[in-house]
Amino acid sequence: MSEHRREGLVLSIAVGIVAMTFGVLADATGLSLPQIMVMSAFLFTGASQFAAVSVIDGGGSSFAAVGSAMLLAARNALYGPVVSRLFRGSTFRRGLSAQFVIDETTAMASTQDDDATAADAFWWTAIWLWSLWNIGSVGGAFLGSFVAEPETYGLDAAFPAAFIALLVPHLRERPGRVASLVGGVLAIAAVPISPAGVPLLVAALGVVPGWLVQRRQPAESAP
Amino acid sequence: MSWLSIWIMVAGAFGFKVLGVLGLSRVAAGAGRSFHTMTALIPASLFTALIIVQTLVTDEELVLDARVWGVGAGIVAVWRRAPFTMVVLSTMAVTALVRWQTLV
Repeated sequence: MSEHRREGLVLSIAVGIVAMTFGVLADATGLSLPQIMVMSAFLFTGASQFAAVSVIDGGGSSFAAVGSAMLLAARNALYGPVVSRLFRGSTFRRGLSAQFVIDETTAMASTQDDDATAADAFWWTAIWLWSLWNIGSVGGAFLGSFVAEPETYGLDAAFPAAFIALLVPHLRERPGRVASLVGGVLAIAAVPISPAGVPLLVAALGVVPGWLVQRRQPAESAP
Repeated sequence: MSWLSIWIMVAGAFGFKVLGVLGLSRVAAGAGRSFHTMTALIPASLFTALIIVQTLVTDEELVLDARVWGVGAGIVAVWRRAPFTMVVLSTMAVTALVRWQTLV
């Protein structure tokens, strides 16, 4: 198996185990199995699913649950311009492909050197991730309290660590390093004063100083 | 949770994804090179923010816990050019170990 496909699988296995926690939590919150399956298959945005169920679990309203889920889903719109050139065919087909544009698939695609490999990485990660995310969610709903807390195995840190490996190729040049640094600072500043999801949207402003740096250094333009 | 709110979330989340792939990328294509440069930098900014949020945030507050040690180990593994699987596993191992140590 080629390296990017294997990496996509490793990432998806870790995320699939986390999906079991979603199944457990959703089941405990009173969601039916069909509801859990529809969320994992069609909402297919882990952070939003966890947020929605946690709000309900904490006694919040449906309105609050939908609101926080949408704040966390909004960042996927920003990934569109990053990966859209990988999608071919009709507008309808590219629109359907959009369903799979999330953190993991964008990360695996954007760290490849050429478009053909990027498309391959995107779709293999999408297939692994979608399958394991759904299997994990249903498994969690069935097993319920038999599932150990993912924190016990340090699984909650697996996701950020995987993203560090996936961030490194974006730091090869100075504009990327500036965008990363400013994005990180903005996110930290936004955390105490905004609801979940917003720090990520604010961090996107980090591309502006990155762009300014790139404009001043035409010799170091993107490959 | 009602079926209505689930379908609203499904439609909303899909709407954001489609907006990005069909809408924003068309804007990017029309706006020329500068916008293209900025979209190429989106992963650098967003993944950094994602790493920070997943490592340091619990219930919308900044918290330092075992994850910091684990992700630190992950950074060392990346720096030492360890394979992807090793990066993930060493992070999990250190996080679990530190968490277990602090519990005992």
